[in-house]
Amino acid sequence: MTTTSAVSTRPVKDGTPSTAADAAKRAARRRTAQVWAARVALAAVVIGGWQAFTTWGIVDPFFFGQPSGIAKRLVDLFQNGTEFGSFYANIWTTIQEALAGFALGAITGVVFGVTLGQSRFLADVLGPYIKMVNAIPRIVLGSIFIVAFGIGVLPKILLAAVLVFFIVFFNAFQGVREVDRNILANAKVLGASQTQITRHVIVPSALTWIIASLHSAFGFAIVGALVGEVLGAQSGLGLVIKTAQNNFDPNGVFATMLIISVIVLGAEWLIGKLEHRLLSWRPPAPTEANSL
Amino acid sequence: MASRNDVAVSPGSEKIGRDSARVEISGLTKRFLTPAGEVFTALEDVSFTVEPGQFCAVVGPTGCGKSTTLSMVSGLDRPSEGSVKVGGREVEGVTDGVSFMFQTDALLPWKSVLGNVLMGPVFRGVPKPQAQASARDWLRRVGLTGFEDRYPHQLSGGMRKRVAMAAALINEPKILIMDEPFGALDVQTKAIMSTELLGLWEQIRPSVIFITHDLDEAVALADRVVVMTSSPGSVKAVFDIDLPRPRGAVQEIRFQPRFIELQHQIWETLREEVERAYARTAGGTA
Repeated sequence: MTTTSAVSTRPVKDGTPSTAADAAKRAARRRTAQVWAARVALAAVVIGGWQAFTTWGIVDPFFFGQPSGIAKRLVDLFQNGTEFGSFYANIWTTIQEALAGFALGAITGVVFGVTLGQSRFLADVLGPYIKMVNAIPRIVLGSIFIVAFGIGVLPKILLAAVLVFFIVFFNAFQGVREVDRNILANAKVLGASQTQITRHVIVPSALTWIIASLHSAFGFAIVGALVGEVLGAQSGLGLVIKTAQNNFDPNGVFATMLIISVIVLGAEWLIGKLEHRLLSWRPPAPTEANSL
Repeated sequence: MASRNDVAVSPGSEKIGRDSARVEISGLTKRFLTPAGEVFTALEDVSFTVEPGQFCAVVGPTGCGKSTTLSMVSGLDRPSEGSVKVGGREVEGVTDGVSFMFQTDALLPWKSVLGNVLMGPVFRGVPKPQAQASARDWLRRVGLTGFEDRYPHQLSGGMRKRVAMAAALINEPKILIMDEPFGALDVQTKAIMSTELLGLWEQIRPSVIFITHDLDEAVALADRVVVMTSSPGSVKAVFDIDLPRPRGAVQEIRFQPRFIELQHQIWETLREEVERAYARTAGGTA
């Protein structure tokens, strides 16, 4: 604390702008360093505590796993694979299912959202049904899909798509409803046809909402794919988790969980890039939520 | 002034263009159903005519249905009774050759300045290169050369109005409808924008219906001032403004004796309405 105040008083003494800028830069660097130090410390406390408690026998590693065990299991999974093909193949299966389900759900969600958002009549007719379907615990649909389509890739894609659809749909619908009335009236007066209005006004305007929904939607796509695999599959991370569970192998579950979170973070990063590209017109408004 | 028109439009098409630019509003009535289920009459028996190429200002207290009138002239809304005729033909749906300038920004925030001005020609199916050339030309006319690639949020309020003006005029409308276009600007910017509007209007000479709260602005710009009463909105009086054209800088006209005389005369008519409307809203809220 005392050191920071000493840094901030120095440019006042010197009075030149360059030293003031230097001091500001140094303060910013110092803050970043502090944040990172705290982050590493937090991870060390949580993981170290876990390791320590299980080593000392306060918590039973047989039920709750152990960080060192997870690391070993992870190396083992990558080197020796699983009983149903290499670990990479299983990861790839899940990614494929999640991506296909994500794409299918997002596209249908946007199409339905934009269509219903523009048509009061359709929205009034279909509204109650959509709410009803949304109220169903959709994970259960996974069982239906497996019964109907077998234990291949298709039921997982469908389950992921159903989960993604509703998130994207409601956001696209709301986004269309929030289009500025003035802008809409202006486009109409300028002679835009309905298709031109959709393309130039409605979709770009709803895009802010749609992209925001994609962030959480990919997480749900992974959940759909995994649950489908747990319910019945020939390969995939869900199957790896289920097998680990049946073998009383918590380390295997945690190891797979770690891989899944890496996949989701990667997808998040890609969606962030897409967002940046598509919404480059927006005024920069760095919020606390964005920096998180 | 007339010769400048001849350069832009061939004589034959001008004749057709001029006749089709007359706006006749007769017996216009608009009723709304309030959420409580009552019928609210926003406009009652409004009639006035805007001659081709005339600049007509509409003044009146808040809530007198000025904006409602405009949305029916542009075809965005339908009258309950009466009719709006543009060039002798009844308005049904969005009228061709009409441009609208709103009080709030109607620019697309996700399009660049050039993209926004392009919209009019693009919607009409003009090929892209041609549309771009004419958009650049209009941006030059409103003094925004060099700002083509900016986004609206990067511009000041006055600059955004210039973009809106270019976007409204690029289709060379026969009728230009303006709903308090400069209402949100500061006084100096407003004066500059008004002067520039007059300059551009004299180049393409559309019929203008210009809504404003500001009586000075109305008298300085218009050939005809329509004073409206409030609740229900109807026409109280119509004044013809005989200040000579071209009028030049809007700030200067305000000091001419004839301007002051006209302004005074219209204010006498308007004051009563404003006081009545104010008493009603004040009574309602208090």
